[in-house]
Amino acid sequence: MIDVDPSLVNWSRAQFALTAMYHWIFVPLTLGLSFLCAFYETIYLKTGNEEWKKITRFWMTLFGINFAIGVATGIILEFEFGTNWSNYSWMVGDIFGAPLAVEGIFAFFMEASFFAVMFFGWNRVSKGFHCFSTWMVAIGSNLSAVWILVANGWMQNPVGMAFNADTARFEMQNFAEVVFNPVAVSKFTHTSSSGFVMASAFVLTISCWYLIKGRHVEMAKKSIVVASVFGLVASIFVAFSGDEAAYEVAREQPMKLAAMEGLYKGERGAGLVAMGIINSAKEPGDVQDPFLFEVKIPQLLSLLANREAGSFVPGIDDLVFGNTEENIMGVNTMMEKGRLALADLAEYKEARKNKSEDVASAALERFKVNEEFMGYGYLSTPEEAVPPVSTVFYNFHIMAILGSMFPVIFGAFLFFSLKGTVTEKRWLLPVGLFTGLLAFLAGQAGWITAEVGRQPWAIQGLMPVKVATTNLSVTSVQITFAMFAVLFTLLLIAEISIMLKQIAIGPEVH
Amino acid sequence: MISNLDYVTLQQLWWIICSVVGSLFLFLTFVQGGQTLLWQVAKTDTESAFVINSLGRKWELPFTTLVLFGGALFASFPKFYSTSFGGAYWVWILILFTFIIQAVSYEYRTKQGNVWGSKTYELFMFINGSVGVLLIGAAVGTFYTGSAFSLNTMNQVTWEYTLGGVNLRGLEAAFSLFNLSLGLFLVFNARVLGALYLLNSLDLVAVADMEKRLRKAVWISFLCSLPFLLYVVVSILLRDGFSVDESGVVSMVSFKYFFNLLALPHLLVLLLAGLGLVIWGVMLGAFKGSVKGIWPAGLGTVLVGLCVLCLPAFNGTAFYPSTYDLQSSLTIYNASSTKYTLSIMTYVALGVPFVLAYVAYLWKMMDSKKLTTEDALDHEAY
Repeated sequence: MIDVDPSLVNWSRAQFALTAMYHWIFVPLTLGLSFLCAFYETIYLKTGNEEWKKITRFWMTLFGINFAIGVATGIILEFEFGTNWSNYSWMVGDIFGAPLAVEGIFAFFMEASFFAVMFFGWNRVSKGFHCFSTWMVAIGSNLSAVWILVANGWMQNPVGMAFNADTARFEMQNFAEVVFNPVAVSKFTHTSSSGFVMASAFVLTISCWYLIKGRHVEMAKKSIVVASVFGLVASIFVAFSGDEAAYEVAREQPMKLAAMEGLYKGERGAGLVAMGIINSAKEPGDVQDPFLFEVKIPQLLSLLANREAGSFVPGIDDLVFGNTEENIMGVNTMMEKGRLALADLAEYKEARKNKSEDVASAALERFKVNEEFMGYGYLSTPEEAVPPVSTVFYNFHIMAILGSMFPVIFGAFLFFSLKGTVTEKRWLLPVGLFTGLLAFLAGQAGWITAEVGRQPWAIQGLMPVKVATTNLSVTSVQITFAMFAVLFTLLLIAEISIMLKQIAIGPEVH
Repeated sequence: MISNLDYVTLQQLWWIICSVVGSLFLFLTFVQGGQTLLWQVAKTDTESAFVINSLGRKWELPFTTLVLFGGALFASFPKFYSTSFGGAYWVWILILFTFIIQAVSYEYRTKQGNVWGSKTYELFMFINGSVGVLLIGAAVGTFYTGSAFSLNTMNQVTWEYTLGGVNLRGLEAAFSLFNLSLGLFLVFNARVLGALYLLNSLDLVAVADMEKRLRKAVWISFLCSLPFLLYVVVSILLRDGFSVDESGVVSMVSFKYFFNLLALPHLLVLLLAGLGLVIWGVMLGAFKGSVKGIWPAGLGTVLVGLCVLCLPAFNGTAFYPSTYDLQSSLTIYNASSTKYTLSIMTYVALGVPFVLAYVAYLWKMMDSKKLTTEDALDHEAY
């Protein structure tokens, strides 16, 4: 057991959530818009048509405005692992730091160096090299996402490591396992492709606004064609990669899956909740119905989670209190084992300090027996292992419902664009106008599902968030939270204002 | 080959790699130094546009290098990362704050609808170039002066310094004359480099008046840096240092860093050569009418930076000492990652020369033609 001020944990959590969510407003757009700029410029390079250059430069300007604030909100995230989660940094720095360093060496420098050519090299380098630079910025941005999601994937599914009782930290044993962690792979494919969807939707939104206003019509139509193709392919891929991501969640984070579905009592042939209203009074272990209202698709959850319609999907109650029939150990049992592990570890450290090698050796042996449950030893109650169910449930369903709409929207725009009638479809243009906002909401909801759904863990099953926190005064974190909230909001206001002004100006001057 | 390297060699190699990255960052603070010169050397909107657009083509390099410095330290010396960043919370938060406000300033300063006005973004740049660099210097200074922290058996940090009952979480670093002097030296050195860089990158025919002010700024900033440099150097030579014996016990030793210089004469050579190159660069820029001063001064800064970062880490010295509990002090041997991780990271680092090569190639390609009035006043310019 450790004595940490819960208020400190929550403020530290809030600060990280604030900075991550602000960052995540801009990053998906960077990931996708960089590729769209590269597509537009490649068409310009191939056709020599100046209209495509004008289109490229217009979207590039918006990309640049967004990129700057993405960079600004990104730097704090890396360093917050040290400032606000120093115990985490020490305990897993041996593993977690490596992807961040690789990201810095290979991705950030690629982005930063070619960014200057992309924006200021039009008259200084050849057309071909300029286009190459734009591609390098796109690849660099997405390479950056690879490494940060490798790091994030490891937190959700810690592999390729072992705990060293002497140094009291987790140490890397196999770099390849960390990099090719199935959770990291599905996380990257799902997250980056959702960024492509968001950027395509962003282009759709602005282009539809131009079409509704009857301005820059040719530019808008051309932009829509490319964005629709990219958006359609990406949104279909998002659906498949989302299925794979959920499958991995079922394997490695069953509690998160149960929260995503509001599933308390596990069952065979479990149905998927298509929509529903959570009963907020429901607690683990009680007899209340988890839903006030629900629409279920029979057996689909079992099929998606286990690839077998009749298979068992554990619910929150099974995971908290155990289910002997299904051979599931409950959190309550794991907590007991975890506390034994922590006590044995403390005894080992003390014995080593006092140079009592026999005592140390015996304590280490006992520790090894329960080592895998160490993280559970920090929990105060079994219910602490349950994430906020309604937050996870609603965000997951918002993401899934919106995500299923995007292929239809992009498909419709592509179809009518190819038929040359997109400007005549007055019912479709308002849909396109709101697609950007919907994609943004889906992206935020997805991120909230992933991160709130893994609470209380900083590292799944090994380290709760409260253990990861730096020993700071609550006041310090409250002040920095306010500083970042005010600053990021002021910068966001400026960003939106500049973006709107540039959109109002349009591509003519570029 | 890398897998054959022993643990100690890898630990030392990684401190050197981190020091190289840190030293390159100090060179790249020409961007920050240039930002602090904006209101001093640019007297017209056109001159401001020249300064901003010249620096704006490079602003991401120090930013990215700082991020890489953090990432490399996290990967290779996680105990330092957790102790320093978690302990000296306020110093690092304020440093980061100054870089956050810098990141948007170039892009937003002249854009229509920027809400807060171009002067606000110029102020952001000034704060980044002055307060940001000063605090980085103060943070590096603690490698010599130490910090008041302790580590428990699980290596969790507790910051022990309080003033009037308030735990300053690292801000006290700025109250040390040594730390402050190192910080101020870096600020003025960045201004020297900034002025030299601008001389090198601009079409000086178009900004003849500003050229005179830039050359004057090189000299004035150098003169301003000298007292702080002298204080730092003399203080390093005379101060007690945090020595570590073979069993890992830390104790105070008189003239430790002076003896380190004698024991590690290559660091002395780096220091002297670095200072000589900086002076050469200053002379070229201030008095010889040359535009090439940035290169010797930049290289000199890297060499001095290497000496400053390596001197408190080698020859049995604790690089992040605790004044509260000497035995909590960090050395490159007790703060590093495992041999496995350092080996993996060393393979990764083989890519660094390739990265440096394309950065240099792109720099050369973009700067082969000096920044002209047309570039500075282009509608897409910063």
